[in-house]
Amino acid sequence: MGERVFKQHDKEPPSSQSSEEESAGSKPDHAIRLDLDLILDQIDDVLEENAEEFVKSYVQKGGQ
Amino acid sequence: MATPKVCGIETEYGILLSGNDVDPITASSLIVSAYKDSSWAFASFDVSHERPAQDARGVNLDDYLDPVIDSKMINTVLANGARYYVDHAHPEYSSPECATVRDAVLFDVAGEHVLRESMNKANERLPDGVRIDLFKNNSDGKGNSYGCHENYLINRAMPFAQIAAFITTHFVTRQIFCGAGKVGHESPTGVVDQAGYQISQRADFFEELIGLETTMKRPIVNTRDEPHCDPQKYRRLHVIVGDANMSQYATFLKLGTTSVVLSMIEDGAFPQHLLIAHPIDAIKRISNDIKLHEQVLMADGSRMSAIQIQMELCAAAHAYAETRDDTGLSTVELHEILREWQDTLDKLSTHSDDLVSKIDWIAKLRIVEGTRRRHSIGDSDSRLKAIDLMYHSLDPKVCLANKMGLLSLYGDVAIAHAALHPPDTTRAYFRGRVVDKWPGNIVYANWDSIVFDVGNRPLQKVDMDEPLKGTRILTESIIDAASSVEDLLARLGQQDFSSSTL
Repeated sequence: MGERVFKQHDKEPPSSQSSEEESAGSKPDHAIRLDLDLILDQIDDVLEENAEEFVKSYVQKGGQ
Repeated sequence: MATPKVCGIETEYGILLSGNDVDPITASSLIVSAYKDSSWAFASFDVSHERPAQDARGVNLDDYLDPVIDSKMINTVLANGARYYVDHAHPEYSSPECATVRDAVLFDVAGEHVLRESMNKANERLPDGVRIDLFKNNSDGKGNSYGCHENYLINRAMPFAQIAAFITTHFVTRQIFCGAGKVGHESPTGVVDQAGYQISQRADFFEELIGLETTMKRPIVNTRDEPHCDPQKYRRLHVIVGDANMSQYATFLKLGTTSVVLSMIEDGAFPQHLLIAHPIDAIKRISNDIKLHEQVLMADGSRMSAIQIQMELCAAAHAYAETRDDTGLSTVELHEILREWQDTLDKLSTHSDDLVSKIDWIAKLRIVEGTRRRHSIGDSDSRLKAIDLMYHSLDPKVCLANKMGLLSLYGDVAIAHAALHPPDTTRAYFRGRVVDKWPGNIVYANWDSIVFDVGNRPLQKVDMDEPLKGTRILTESIIDAASSVEDLLARLGQQDFSSSTL
């Protein structure tokens, strides 16, 4: 992974900065480590109680 | 010498209305008008000169198509230079044109911010029990698809048939890193099955190699010829084959690798043996092969996997970058793209866990598989399709992509800023700034012109045929100093521009 460039930056302005400027003010890179069990716990919490109804109702006509 | 790769992304968002039977066009209008009616600056977008039926192969199908643009629909230009409107039955955000891939990623994500703000505002107004939810995806799982279209500036002199032949190889295989993942299989006429998992949201919907259509018989290479700039010099390659990405990193790779491959084609550096024999079949085979082992038939009779094809493309791109100075991309960005492209292909080859935080289809697959195992549920359980949809939700509480801790190129502050301010290095700067400063004086704006009402004189049109003019460097001091639109136009006339042309 490109440590120098692929860091999240929250400084303004966002555009037309050089990469050097971007990395200067950046946060620690991608601090969240993946813990699948923890994520699945959260997903169980938000997973639609009536997943079937949710899936059925999601209809999108008229797209490109 | 490759054309500067000015690019941008237009996204149709999925829209779900709960608690009411209003049609999706009205619901989409509610979304766009919620943003329009808030305090953010906007102006009207003009569609009278649009020619969506102009074919790059030289045929105009206007007479054969139903009118697709309803003038009653809401159509606006935002202060960041984007177009925000109702297209068909979806709210659509077209990012401003950007001179770098990084900017194009930022202004695509700024679109998510705009849609989320719109959704929140609209829901505040709706009665209890009624709400609208938005999704950045491309399929409803029932045979209906909606697009995430990329646009790239390319050289008009390049024969279109040659561009189409070569770019097809990339369009068919790049999904291994920019596919958004999908539970189940569809066809343009409906559901095939709800079980199984594939790499791409869109692959099921492609039925032609090349053509003008976007809503039926979708072609891998779209031939719409609407440059929105100097038509003598440029084409705008309109790409309809891609998925909408939640991962900023995947968007970066999608735009970056495609920009590089287009420059290679323009400079005669595309490895011409990399032609796929049956692209329509191959795009579906590759989408359905999550182990990435599938070998597709090449035009020369050999068989190659998508990774092998991408590895060869990437190697050719490295060789191209070493021998050319003028690639249409900045040197820094070109090398950034090549490095991340190679790194991703290496990690795809070894099934590295690192990609769970970068590549949408891999992140989504992790949740789908984890949930399936945890609850011992069958392949076609609705919960798995619900996960697929929720991955793309714009509601932060529901969005499963959020929960996967995807790598971000930009944080919340930068994204919110980009929703209200244009990029510095294209004509979108001028468009966004004047929309912000004099919204009441703009009769309409278009990608390549703005018409001002200065009160006591005829309407004044400013043409913007060059995407790389009208930039911050060229126009900031003029806009800052101008006390009125009339003053702005006078000052523009005093510059080196021909009168009223940027």
